[in-house]
Formats: sequence, structure tokens, C-alpha cells
Amino acid sequence: MAKVKKKVKVINIDLEKCNGCRACEVICSAFHAPEKYSLNNPARSRIRMIRKPLDDIYLPVYAGEYTASECMGRDKYVIDGREYDECDFCRASCPSREAFKEPDSGLPLKCDMCEDDPPQEEPLCVKWCLSDALTYEEREEEVEEGEEQAQDLTQEEMERGLKALADKYGLDEMANIMARMLKKE
Amino acid sequence: MRYAETGYNLEIDLSSGNVEKVETDPAITELHLGGLGTNARILWDRVPPETDPLSPENLLIFGTGLLAGTPAPGANRTIVTTYSPQTLLMAYSMMGGFWAPELKHAGYDKVIFSGRSPELVYLWINNDEVEIRDASHLQGKGVVETEEMIKRELDDHDIQVASIGLAGENTVYFASIEHARSSASRAGIGAVMGSKNLKAVAVRGTKDVNIAQPKKFIDLCNGVLDYIQWRAENPVKNVPPILAGLGSPQEMAIHDEAWHTTAFSWGNARYRRKGFWTEEVEKEWSNIQDGAVQRLISCYNCPMKCGAIIAYPTLELSKYMMKCYSKLTYVMGAMVDDLEFGFRIAGLAQGYGVDSYTCPQVMAFAIELYENGILTDEDLPDFPADNEGRFFYLLEKIVHREGIGDVLANGVYWAARQIGKGAEAYDSNTIKKHEQIPIKLGMLNPIFFLLHSTGEKMNITQIEGQLPQAPFPEKEDREEFVKDWPQVPSENIKDFFVKWEPRGEYAFPYFPDFQTACELVEWQETMHYIDDSTGICAGLSSFPIKPPYHIHNLPALISAGSGLEVDKDELWNKIVRRNRSLLRAINARRGLRRKDDRPPEDHWKKRFPEHEAKLLDEYYKFKGWDEEGIPTRETLKALDLDFVGEDLEKRGIYNHGQSEKES
Repeated sequence: MAKVKKKVKVINIDLEKCNGCRACEVICSAFHAPEKYSLNNPARSRIRMIRKPLDDIYLPVYAGEYTASECMGRDKYVIDGREYDECDFCRASCPSREAFKEPDSGLPLKCDMCEDDPPQEEPLCVKWCLSDALTYEEREEEVEEGEEQAQDLTQEEMERGLKALADKYGLDEMANIMARMLKKE
Repeated sequence: MRYAETGYNLEIDLSSGNVEKVETDPAITELHLGGLGTNARILWDRVPPETDPLSPENLLIFGTGLLAGTPAPGANRTIVTTYSPQTLLMAYSMMGGFWAPELKHAGYDKVIFSGRSPELVYLWINNDEVEIRDASHLQGKGVVETEEMIKRELDDHDIQVASIGLAGENTVYFASIEHARSSASRAGIGAVMGSKNLKAVAVRGTKDVNIAQPKKFIDLCNGVLDYIQWRAENPVKNVPPILAGLGSPQEMAIHDEAWHTTAFSWGNARYRRKGFWTEEVEKEWSNIQDGAVQRLISCYNCPMKCGAIIAYPTLELSKYMMKCYSKLTYVMGAMVDDLEFGFRIAGLAQGYGVDSYTCPQVMAFAIELYENGILTDEDLPDFPADNEGRFFYLLEKIVHREGIGDVLANGVYWAARQIGKGAEAYDSNTIKKHEQIPIKLGMLNPIFFLLHSTGEKMNITQIEGQLPQAPFPEKEDREEFVKDWPQVPSENIKDFFVKWEPRGEYAFPYFPDFQTACELVEWQETMHYIDDSTGICAGLSSFPIKPPYHIHNLPALISAGSGLEVDKDELWNKIVRRNRSLLRAINARRGLRRKDDRPPEDHWKKRFPEHEAKLLDEYYKFKGWDEEGIPTRETLKALDLDFVGEDLEKRGIYNHGQSEKES
């Protein structure tokens, strides 16, 4: 198959520059509010700070894929004398932790690089990080033709949400509710 | 729906263990905004003026600023209000950090503590679940350890903790409440917390904070961030490096300490060492600082880096967080020329939870008493010969309230009177019974005279503001400075600044005229009163020269955030005046009078008693206060506070000389 160019959005994270202020969480949750900026709540943010100040651990992590089950083990990483939990680096919305789930519904969250119309110049966490711990770049990668086509994001999101609900409440329960909803219509 | 605020307070009766979530009256927010303003209103309404600060009847109020927890950069302040055991007046010490936003997200604007717990406890707020928990295992623990232990036992690193150390448990009058890299240190509020047997308040919240006009609000926030970036590249010229940028003075990042070490006094606010800062000292101190500072850190949603994680091999404590000028206060108080001593003792003292302004001065005062034979070897058994050793010795005595430490723990003013034997003469640096910044200068500064005299926050650095502290010698520099100065409330302040000279006709003490002096004082005071109610950090607003927040954008920000309709006039002339007058009335009811409104005798070498008296007269008139500095009934009535005036009248507080009690 033919190779084509694909634009890849990259956020570079420099842990040494982070001052731990959590502005990234604030603006992320505000931007992704049902009405933009109408509320903020770091618990809804798609970037979360792992902060252990006295251990000098300042680690921003982005929400990635939803997963229904947690890992079998928990490894430890020691980097420059700092001890990190394996989960600290993990982007998954996972049953082992509260991060990357809507606090009320439990629905999983995922970073969308602040997709917007018209587009933002850069993800807003980057814009609000005046310490430059987060910087943004776009680069091109070669991929096989066909793979570069953007999926229908709304459908993808809906599927992800439904899958999470099914995991949480069971498919039968969901089917019952669907049936009731269909009846009402 | 309530915007910016949550509309709920938590009421905790520590005597009975009762916990209640109480909806607040939006009309009170309209009148007083939040933070300091609404705290003061609760104190006026609910705590009678005869209340002993350390009794169960006193309230301890942890209030968040109105905008704390919104995306407004630097809006993160907690304002703690109570009656002070040290000044006996209202205390409103404040802290930054992460605590206030967390409380908002848990769904509350304030936590109000009443009563006294029979045993040492801590409060755990986890959204709607609120629990008073046993803290016997935390007794005597340092604040850093307390914070870590609570996070561990509740198994959540995102919990925010405010706690007291041994000093607070032992009701040391200058005990602080410590949280992360921040502390609410002034006026002994840690002692009030200790008197309530409350070791800590731990908070975790995952709820929303709502914004009334989202688009407008975020545009204003973005404007503030843009200006912060611009300002970082364009420091103010003609002022010391430490004052050229934003934030609180960047003590952790900047090495140049010429200004503090040569302009401020050493020892018991006695000695100015104009030649101290040499190249050699700078080199040595820079090395020590670079070795000690592990990372520069900030408070919630703020790009400044006013604090640092301190890690130093010789530390008594393994690690702690530091801010601002506490690295120097012990060094200068002890007259020890070694910055490493500063990092060591500040860490230890912070663990105990004491105010790093007051504590070194109390210890310097004790050393002076010893050197002058007022305190003897009997009072200070095995007192070391060197000042470094003496400071460590005195710190232990004070926080344990052991021997003479039990007296010194009441601060210089009370200790001097308890010791007697002429010790009062060494109480050289207190205003309203409270230790002040140790700065002794030459010529009377009429603006600072009024700020020092009438300020009721007990900390000049939290009252002073956007006006450079000294005139620029060159007229071209002054003209250049005012060209780009949109922060001023009115153009005549620019005229003043351009005219202002180091000496001659347009110099202190008779320049500026009374009216302008009052306006300059009110401007600085007003900006602080706004911040103390919104919870925006003074370091981005009322404190530095040319800040991103100012009187021309704050009304719009408050309106867009909270949904209140506030313009400049409403904010300045109504809300701030109301809060200022209410605070003054609270203190008048506790005995504050004109005689208390005065700086230390030696604050300036050149004093002008008649001119100073006139300055006070004019300032009182300007504020709508009577000749004793008490807001008049008319003033209070015009500010919707007639019930306050009525109370003052009933108590005979306006009948000067008749019912006035000695405080």
C-alpha cells in the first residue's frame, strides 16, 4: 500500500520545568465544560498532575484510552532517585483509580488536543503553562494509506461511553433502559 | 445557581461534634463579596467583643476568596479570621497554596469552627462527607509530617491539609497555620486553632465551580496571563531586582539580597548594615541557595514561582517548602552571617508552625534582654554563647512553653510587660502589640506613616502596594515610568509621581499634600481589600509595581465570575469602604483607638509629631471616621451598616473619654 503523510500533534513534557500549579487542569476542565468555560473542576480534567511535592514528583499525565480492567501488577520506576508508580505514567482511564473519569457519571475522559472550531493555536493546557513545562509541536509521520482517515469522533466517543456504561452497569441493564427509552419515543 | 462561590458554609461545633452544611445569604455576598469581607461580617454578627480569643466562644473562620477556585490566575487564597490572642483585635491572616480551591470544589465557601474539642482532632472534608477524626497520633508532630501522615492514612495524595505544629498546640501567640508552601502566620491564629484542640483540616473536593459569564471571564483571564508574560520580559526599571518583577519578592530564584540585607535592620530591629552585601557574600550565599533549592514551585493556578522545595544535607528536617523572605528573617534577627543557618532554622521553625516574621524578633529581643542583664542565667540556664546556638535554644523553649519560653511565647509586647525590670524599653518594633517588619529609615514617609499606623493586617508588606517605595532621582525616568501606568485609579497620581523628588520642595515629609497622601494610601489599601475578598494573590495584584490585576479590570472580572453587577464605583466606594469600616468597627468595639495608630518610635530618625497628628486627622476625615479613628454613624449608615453604628453608640464607644477602656 502507498505511504501518505499524516500530521501528528505532540505535547512535549519537561518535568524539570513544572512548578506544580495545576493551571493545565483548570483550563482543560473549563474548556471541556458543557458550555465552554462555564465551569471548572480539575477532577474533570483530561490532564492530571501527579504531585508529591516533598518527593519532588511533578508529573502531568494526559488521559488516553479507556480500559475495562486494571493491570495484573504494579511496577515501580526509580528515575533520578524519585520513585514513581507505574500508574503515574499511564494514560488509561482504568478501574484502579479515579483519574480520567467524570466524577458524577464515571464516564471515561480522553484528551482531544482541544479540537475546536475554529481550531485553537495549541492545546489550552500548553497555552496556560507559562513555565513551558508543556510545549506543543506538530510533526509529520508517514502512514499507510487509509489509516490516516479521521474516524468519526462523535461515534467513537459514543462507543467509548457506552462501553464504559456497559462495563459499569451490565449490558442487560442497559438494554432494559434502551428499550424503555425506545418505547417512550 | 451561585457563581464563583458555592453558597454553602460548613459549621463545625467542636464541643459537641456537630457538623452542619448551611446555605448562605446571597445578599451578604453582594454587600461584602467574600473572604475577608464575609468573614468580618460573621465575626461581627456572632462573636461578642468581650470574647477571650482563646476561649471556646471565639470562632475560627477559614474563608475562601470569592474568586478562589475559578480560572482567574492566582485566585487561591484562604483568609483565616478570628480574634487574635496577641493583638486582642480581629486577625485576618491569609495563605495561598491549594487549600481554598479544594474547599470550593468540595462544595463550601467557608469552614467555621466554634467551641473546643475535648481531645485533639482533625477535620476531614471529602465532598459531602465530613468527619471529625481522632488526632492523638498527630500530637506534637511537625506540620510537614502531619500533612504526610494524613495523606497516607486517607490514602489520597490530592488531599490538601492545613495544620498546626507544636507551637499552635501550645498556644504560642505567634503560632501559624501551615499548608504546603504557604502559611497563615500573623496574629497568632495558630494558637486559636490549638486552643480549639484542632490539629488540622484536610480537604478533598471534586465538584464544579460555576462561572456566570464564561466567555467574558476567560477573555479577562487570558488578558491577565498575556500581561504576566509581557511583564516577565519587561521588568520595572530603577528599582532593586527583587521589586522589579511580579509575585511576592522572588527570594527563592533571585540571589541579589542587597536590598533586604542593607535596607532592613538586623538584631532586634536595631542595626542597619549598609556595607553588608559584598561580592564575596553574594558568591557564598548564591552557592548555599543553589544547593538548598531543589525546585521552584507555585500556588494553585499561578505561573509565578515564589516558593521552593528546600533540601539540604545539614537540615534538621529532611525537606520542606519555603517562600519569600523567611530565609533571611532568622539570619538577620540572630545577626548570623550564614545563609545556611537561615535554611536550617527556618525549616525547624516551620515544622513547629511559628510566624517567621515575629519569631526571630522575639528571640532577638530575648538576646538583648540577656545582654543587658534583664534576663539572667537563672532565666536561661545553659544558654549558649553564640547567637546561632541561642536561636535554636530559644526556639525550643518557646514552642514547648518551657521556662522563660512560656513568657516569650506571648510575643515581645506581652513578654516585656511580664518580665518587667525595664524590659518594656526593648519592645522597639511593635504596633498594636504585634511585631512589625524590621525596617528603620531616615526621613518620615507620610504615606508609609499612614499605612503602618492604620493598617490592621499587622504586616506592612501586605498593605503596601503599587507605588514605588522611593522617588526615582531622574525626572526623565519618572516621566518614562508613568507613560505606561494604566493601573493608577486617577491621573493625578501620575502627576504626583513625576513631581516627587528625593529632596527639596517636592520631597517628604511635607510633600505630597494631605489630600494626595490620603488618596495614595487609600489606593493601596483598597487594592488589598479587594484581593482579600476575592482571594486573588497580592503578588499578582495589590503588592507589586504595575501588576496584571488592577482597579480597571477587577470589577469586570468579579462581575463576569460571580454574576454580581460591580463597577469601579461600587467596588471602591461601597464594598471596600464597607469592609474597611466594618473591620475598623470590629476593632473599635475591641478597644482600638487613635493612640494605637502609631508606628514604633524609632521607625524614622526624623519625626514630625505635629505633621503626623495632622496626617492622621486628615486620613480619618477622608475615611469618614471620627477623631478617635472610629467610623461615624453617618459613614456606617451610608454603607448599609447602620446596625453597626447603632451598636457602637449603645456601647458608648462614641463617647470619647467617658467609657473608653484601656486596652
